[in-house]
Amino acid sequence: MDVANRLLRRLPVWAVYLLGALPAPWFFCQGLTGGLGVEPIKALEHEYGELALQLMILTLAVSPLRRLLGLNLMKFRRAIGLLCFFYVFCHLLVWLVLDVQVLGQIITDIAKRPYITIGMAAFVLMLPLALSSNNLSVRALGRTWTRLHRLTYAAALLGAAHFVMLAKGFQIEPLIYLGLVLLLLAFRWPALRRPGQLPSTETASRS
Amino acid sequence: MACRWTNDLTLADSTPEAAFWNRRQIMAGLAGAGLAAALGSPARAEEGLEPNSWEEVTSYCNFYEFGTGKGDPSKYADRMTTKPWSVKIDGLVDRPGDYSIEQILGAMTLEERIYRFRCVEAWSMVVPWQGFELADLLNMAGVQDGAKYVGFETLYRPSEMPGTAYKVLDWPYREGLRLDEAMHPLTIMATGIFRKPLPNQNGAPLRLVVPWKYGFKSIKSVVRITLTDQEPPASWNMANPREYGFYSNVNPNVSHPRWSQASERRIGGGLFARRQPTLMFNGYEDEVAVLYKGMDLGENF
Repeated sequence: MDVANRLLRRLPVWAVYLLGALPAPWFFCQGLTGGLGVEPIKALEHEYGELALQLMILTLAVSPLRRLLGLNLMKFRRAIGLLCFFYVFCHLLVWLVLDVQVLGQIITDIAKRPYITIGMAAFVLMLPLALSSNNLSVRALGRTWTRLHRLTYAAALLGAAHFVMLAKGFQIEPLIYLGLVLLLLAFRWPALRRPGQLPSTETASRS
Repeated sequence: MACRWTNDLTLADSTPEAAFWNRRQIMAGLAGAGLAAALGSPARAEEGLEPNSWEEVTSYCNFYEFGTGKGDPSKYADRMTTKPWSVKIDGLVDRPGDYSIEQILGAMTLEERIYRFRCVEAWSMVVPWQGFELADLLNMAGVQDGAKYVGFETLYRPSEMPGTAYKVLDWPYREGLRLDEAMHPLTIMATGIFRKPLPNQNGAPLRLVVPWKYGFKSIKSVVRITLTDQEPPASWNMANPREYGFYSNVNPNVSHPRWSQASERRIGGGLFARRQPTLMFNGYEDEVAVLYKGMDLGENF
């Protein structure tokens, strides 16, 4: 683990941003050139959504990985979180612009279709998180920042539920994502129950 | 008796520059291998629907016995053995029994039907099917007076169907029609697409095609047809009766609880494809609306 941590220390954060963002244009080009099959809109929407969920799970895993295995990804947590938001945003854009297209139907869908309402709620919850993911906000908000960023838990739950709810029939994959999110949230439970005391790793998010 | 129905497609359905299939009914008295030669070559026509490409029709499929991904059927369906194949026809018929595919094809007249195909997931295609009217097959078995419904069953063979390892649906896949829907001249049993035998992922060697209903009603790889006096079980209806009704007629005015059915995306338009309005009964209103006269289509969705 020490070797892994030493290697990770040498990896610059900008490289994580760069590598993490690359799949977005890659999948888009695949969609343009037929690499995503004959229905590229749904495929692209799905790729971005799934990447967002995976990155969400990775941000939630940073603390447990450090505490249980000693693997230190703290330096990259902000990057992972922001990349997650980036893919949620891409996912939303594909849905709005390429998939549904009609403004009236977009509004109806958000209001009337529970899985879309939930997905949209997750996006809205993530907005303040993305906007406050900078050193200035961390300093200015102090302890409020920590509390604010617990919205991640709600967003993760909503995101996983969104995937489960859109599946047709009984499908395993979305349930695996939901299970992972629940597991990672359960890990926070003892700390959250102690009033006034914050889990130590939750405050150390400067990078 | 073939050719009870003739294509009636308008210019509005077509893409001007594209090559069209002949909109005329093309008849052939031959089955199986002789079909391609008997049907002749594709022709241009003034009017008609432009069929999707072979690649589109055969690579983007729902056949959950092989997995829930759209590409899974084309990847795994070649594991399915389709020779020998027989269809058990039972229930309220005069001549119940196991009918081999050769026996069935020998007795049927194949013809071409270019139909719109509308999936409940709000995508659509145009498919050039070859097949025969279900009514002819049912008459071959002799429908008894008391029969009111027709139930269908897909092959269930876990050793060849990786998707059945998960209970996505209550296997085997089942579907059903009211007898008048089954006897309607638009309702066919397809044996081919693009004048080639049906690929496995499209439901080889024999599948139902009911063009005015959502695609999942058009059950694939049929091994059993049962005439009954009671509404037969239908897999999606059993899995989620709130979302999938027994009728499942294409209806732009009745939303699926999770998405609108007012519009659809024709497969093949790429990343910037526009949606198009969904037609009542998928454009076959003139032919089939009479079947549902006086029925509340919102209640009986």
